[in-house]
Amino acid sequence: MWELIRANKRNSIILMVLMAAVLLVLGYIIGAAFAGQDAGFIGLIVATAIWFILAIVSLSSGDQILLRTSKAVEVTHADHPQLFNIVEEMKIAAGLPAMPKVYIIPDPAPNAFATGRSPQSASVAVTAGLLGRLNRDELQGVIAHEMSHILHRDILYVTIAGIMLGSIVLISQVFLRSMFYSSMGSRRRYSSGGKGAGQGQLIMLAIAILAAILAPIMAQLLYFALSRKREYLADAGAARLTRYPEGLASALEKIAGDASPQLAAANQVTAPMYIVNPFKKADAMQLSDLTSTHPPISERIKILRSMGSGVSFKDYSDSFTQVTHRKTIVPPAALTKEDIALRQAGEEARDKQRRETQMRQVGDIMRQVNLFVFLTCLCGLKLKIPPNFKSDKVQCPRCKRILDLYPPAPI
Amino acid sequence: MPTLIIVAVVVVPLALFVIGIYNALVGLRNQVDNAWSQIDVQLKRRHDLIPNIVETAKGYMQHERGTFEAITKARSEAMGAKSVSEASKAEGMLGEALSKFLLVVENYPDLKANQNFLAVQEELASTENRISFARQSYNDQVLFFNNKIQMFPSNIVANTFSFSKRDFFGVENAAEREVPKVSFTNN
Repeated sequence: MWELIRANKRNSIILMVLMAAVLLVLGYIIGAAFAGQDAGFIGLIVATAIWFILAIVSLSSGDQILLRTSKAVEVTHADHPQLFNIVEEMKIAAGLPAMPKVYIIPDPAPNAFATGRSPQSASVAVTAGLLGRLNRDELQGVIAHEMSHILHRDILYVTIAGIMLGSIVLISQVFLRSMFYSSMGSRRRYSSGGKGAGQGQLIMLAIAILAAILAPIMAQLLYFALSRKREYLADAGAARLTRYPEGLASALEKIAGDASPQLAAANQVTAPMYIVNPFKKADAMQLSDLTSTHPPISERIKILRSMGSGVSFKDYSDSFTQVTHRKTIVPPAALTKEDIALRQAGEEARDKQRRETQMRQVGDIMRQVNLFVFLTCLCGLKLKIPPNFKSDKVQCPRCKRILDLYPPAPI
Repeated sequence: MPTLIIVAVVVVPLALFVIGIYNALVGLRNQVDNAWSQIDVQLKRRHDLIPNIVETAKGYMQHERGTFEAITKARSEAMGAKSVSEASKAEGMLGEALSKFLLVVENYPDLKANQNFLAVQEELASTENRISFARQSYNDQVLFFNNKIQMFPSNIVANTFSFSKRDFFGVENAAEREVPKVSFTNN
């Protein structure tokens, strides 16, 4: 496990250096194309500055922005004991130094994500739809997957890579647009002037346009490759933490087969943070493409289900090559021999009635965190009153009794 | 002058290297100790929970006095255990008593519908999971620590400063190794 974390760190640094090189070269070429060879380093400085500002913003408050845009509400043990317990179980299994904050997103689409720079200040968020559909073992699998992201420091690397991707795209777009408009006015060529503005400048310009078109594509492919690999490794980590790959497999199956509309708060940038791709439009063909942030769910399920009797990284890696016929994604350092056996499933009735009560409970949790008032009438009817209800008395719709919204505290 | 160069080129980096390994080993040893104390924390949580369970279930299960007595007795034995082997034996007994209790619960549909009992049941399920995950995490840490101590080059530092191997958490008989399987048919 720790070998994996270290290998992760090394690979991520290599990847970041690669992306940084793309960024700097792009900055230099564009600078040179705009104002002659000597101005290349100005472009370099501008590119670095853009990257630096974006990095500071997203590293200092990226998790808060993500949680706020997804309208996540922080919950405690009292709001949803089971979810909170499962997170704490996984925290113990992963040996994290601190308990992550737990959030619920009021959205019917089943999904989950983890965020936070370090294991000391992490957050886990799940949607209400996920809580309503999964049983305890499945929920544990999902939380273990998120916990693995935290443990492997994936969030930090994905965020940093995402920032670089963002800066590269930004710089290229600005350059290409300015090129487009200035060539329309055809004034730029004179203003850049100077005696060097001959053939050399023209060649530089051609190179810059080519770079501005290719760099974002390359950076994006790198980013997607990183993101997909992280998903596989988090799956492997989840199997190892829970000793029960079937939990996550069956959770993924349920999430994939879900018919509710796609997650409202997700966008292209935040997509890699979720346990499954929050965009539904992508069909099976596109999912297996190079341009996907997540591996195809069916493949992830198949790998988890053919893990056999062990749950170490080695078992996952073997299963991975068997299913995909590709080279393993697990770093060789983590492939030490570990003898870890599966555990057994918790038995749970999966009848329809249980699902309905579960869905109703989730609705109640959402109302509770949104400051609804709950009243139980003497006739047994449960009233759920929204926080913007003005009067302090309400009539029971069934037995017509008048109920006090805020009953006086017993003496 | 040449001795100065030798000191600068050979001795200083070597010393830094040894210090680095030594500090890493101390950090790992502390992690192992911390993981061990986590198990105790979770066992304590289990002990604290038991009066709650007994209180909630008692009214519904008048005919199961024997089950409750077994749980209470195992709990007080576990809490009063002096040595590690005594404690692990008592905890094993407590685990067995709890799983027996959860089997018996299946015969009492009224109890299973009680909201308070459902809440306690979730806590119990979680506690049993926490205990097994804490043991699992401890064994993971021990494996990594022992590997470090035995592998080159950290083994040299470990031997010099007498770091010793830690034992895995193991229970003598197979029945005790199985953490009681807590499973519920409702939620």
